[in-house]
Amino acid sequence: MLDITANTPEFDPAYASQAAFRALMECMARPGQIRSLKGVDAPAPFAPATAALIKSLADYETPLWLDPAFAAAPQAAEWIRFHTGAPLVGDPAAAAFALIGNARALPGFAQFAQGTSEYPDRSTTLIVQIEAFSGDAITLKGPGIKTAQRLAATPLPADFAARMKDNRALFPRGIDLVFVAGTDIAALPRSVMIEER
Amino acid sequence: MSAPVYNFAYLDEQTKRMIRRAILKAIAIPGYQVPFASREMPMPYGWGTGGVQITASILGPDDKLKVIDQGSDDTTNAVSIRKFFVKTAGVETTTKTNEATVIQTRHRIPEQALTEDQVLVYQVPIPEPLRFLEPRETETRRMHALSEYGLMHVKLYEDIARHGHIATTYAYPVEVGGRYVMDPSPIPKFDNPKLSDSPALQLFGAGREKRIYAIPPYTHVKSLDFEDHPFEPYRHDAQCELCGAMNSYLDEVITDDAGSRMFVCSDTDFCEDRRAAGHHGPQGGPAAAATKEESAHG
Repeated sequence: MLDITANTPEFDPAYASQAAFRALMECMARPGQIRSLKGVDAPAPFAPATAALIKSLADYETPLWLDPAFAAAPQAAEWIRFHTGAPLVGDPAAAAFALIGNARALPGFAQFAQGTSEYPDRSTTLIVQIEAFSGDAITLKGPGIKTAQRLAATPLPADFAARMKDNRALFPRGIDLVFVAGTDIAALPRSVMIEER
Repeated sequence: MSAPVYNFAYLDEQTKRMIRRAILKAIAIPGYQVPFASREMPMPYGWGTGGVQITASILGPDDKLKVIDQGSDDTTNAVSIRKFFVKTAGVETTTKTNEATVIQTRHRIPEQALTEDQVLVYQVPIPEPLRFLEPRETETRRMHALSEYGLMHVKLYEDIARHGHIATTYAYPVEVGGRYVMDPSPIPKFDNPKLSDSPALQLFGAGREKRIYAIPPYTHVKSLDFEDHPFEPYRHDAQCELCGAMNSYLDEVITDDAGSRMFVCSDTDFCEDRRAAGHHGPQGGPAAAATKEESAHG
């Protein structure tokens, strides 16, 4: 059974979701910049910031897809159903948000909805939980970045930069990424360009 | 009688989530118009319902809100929207551009340069720049999908053929980040250069037309033009009668029925700051400035 009393109190629906959204909006507008938000306790493998973002953004209109790390924890699915009412879907291409608990096994972006030429907004946003914002940095350019922005995230697949390049080639179609480490978040919208090393 | 109780910032939480998701998509695809389920607001369409819904969705209790209508803090639209958010969100308001964290605007960009800590929210009547050239939404959507913007250049060319120059003076079309052609809302083309590479995030909301779009900070925005007819911002060849500014956007004010007129800054905060700093124009001596101060701000 899900212990609902352990999970409900501290998140005020109006103020806390506004604060979480505002942090994400700033991250989306300034790719690669890291911001902290007030996390929410939720069953593993939820990071506190992932739970706060899901409570702020997900509801009955947003199908969610869970990667094997999340899907293996029935408590996590129960928490999502109870707190958001969001339907869980088996087809990643049908999802508005995808929760990735194992960044090492980040699924190929082509599995997710990438929008259409007429409606590029009909795409999946990936929320990827990483261990830390450290390690080898990639250099970002594009809208929202004054000159260049560095972002380090561990762990990521070895071909991550190449995947982001492919994603950018689809522009305006493509997927958007949000990285979460504990209560810290950073975003890589599809408009971002990865510099060659 | 119990007083009506609103959720923080009027909108219900589900509506805010829907609008917030649209804003995130709009930022990720600069210049693309994201459809959203615009709600009926307690003011008519055309009074800034799109901007109000964006402001309501991003606003937090710590924000300081400024609302301008054609550059002015004290006209009906600005005053009533400011009061709306004081009542429903209890946020602090200001008329000072440099103190505001969220600025909602109808048809102007403040003269003072914006910062990274500010968000500019535009009220947009007709978001589709191609609408008067092609009335069908299915067609304009395909034109955007294919970056088929030749028709817009034909329109600007016809201006040149008729008038000898590009006669479009407001809602001057721009290309955002090298991809989407966008309507910057009916700002004067004087303001167009400020759209580009702004440190502030710019969000656009069209309530009646149910579209949200965005220009992220530091994004290149190009006003459409031709090599032999480059874009030129327009400004009346005059100075502000009150503060003497030579570089601000000016409103022409008719002062009697004999054709007399004067030019004053459209941005009231900018003009007041300049007069407070000791600048004055032909009709804006220290005494005149003091009376204006008293009557300003509703």
